[in-house]
Amino acid sequence: MRQTEHLVHKYLRSSKRFPHIWCAGCGIGIFMQALIRVIDQNEYSKDDIVLISGIGCSGRLPVYVDFNTLHTTHGRALTFATGIKLANPRLKVITVMGDGDAVAIGGNHFIHAARRNVEIASFVLNNSVYGMTGGQSSPTTPYGVITASAPYGNLEPDFDICRLAEAAGAVFVARATVYHTQLLDRLIDKALKKKGAAVVEVVSQCTTYAGHFLKLKSPVDMMKWQKNNSVTVEKAKQQSEAELEGKIVIGVLVDRERPSYHEQYQSLLAEKSKI
Amino acid sequence: MNKVEIYRGWCKKCDICIAFCPQKVLEADEESYPTVVSPEKCTGCLLCEMRCPDFAIVVNKDEESRKETGPAAGK
Repeated sequence: MRQTEHLVHKYLRSSKRFPHIWCAGCGIGIFMQALIRVIDQNEYSKDDIVLISGIGCSGRLPVYVDFNTLHTTHGRALTFATGIKLANPRLKVITVMGDGDAVAIGGNHFIHAARRNVEIASFVLNNSVYGMTGGQSSPTTPYGVITASAPYGNLEPDFDICRLAEAAGAVFVARATVYHTQLLDRLIDKALKKKGAAVVEVVSQCTTYAGHFLKLKSPVDMMKWQKNNSVTVEKAKQQSEAELEGKIVIGVLVDRERPSYHEQYQSLLAEKSKI
Repeated sequence: MNKVEIYRGWCKKCDICIAFCPQKVLEADEESYPTVVSPEKCTGCLLCEMRCPDFAIVVNKDEESRKETGPAAGK
């Protein structure tokens, strides 16, 4: 029998302190491992990957991995990503954002990056709460849930990140949970290969705050909740809106073709430089 | 036989590996760290390794069987 070292060691920055800063049972680590696994399977060169994050718990992810990485300002991961892709289309540009980072503070950039159809694979780690700052309501906190900023219950209805991305024009939209790791691998793989704006919502667990608010005591309870409340896209098609209330629809939701922004930009550049 | 290795230095005792092992190979020891109690039952499905948020579990398999049952299978 051969001794196997964990695959992530090939991609971790050895100068960083481990164990990482995320809480026990946090889903970010599970996603990070999946992303590394898919990148390794596809044999992408470390130098060809650009991993960009905003602020928040998920913002710490690029700090730990040895790709070209950028830890940007709150909500602005997609703006930096757009610039990088246009300046050097050869690079594979990936953004990792939290729910607050992507659809609250960076909501504007989120819809316009999807509208422009810039070739960026975006992963939104949705844990339904602002975790790093102490458990305030985010745009994906369910209605009525008590949080640090809504002591009598959240009065705002929550966003459906995937529908938002679809309406804004993203060409690939999918959803998985960190419980469904094999599905997550397949969706990450598809998103990385898509020629255009790809958005994958990764339903994750904030065990410190959201778990407490949602009355789910442990990371295991939260992952069991993900398992029991998930419905595949195929099954969801046969169910009514009422049946799907409160359920997580997982799988590929949108997969369509549309010319990407940087391709059009490059062809325009080539055409105009002839003159 | 597959060998499940747990790196205690990185483990945060979240219990995910114990709860979701389909074969109940792992159990918590007196310090709440996961420990292998039934190594012969391990099928090498890698779910514990894949779901560990702290990269603290590695399932040692030979390269051939890893390819067959690894995350890439069923794609």
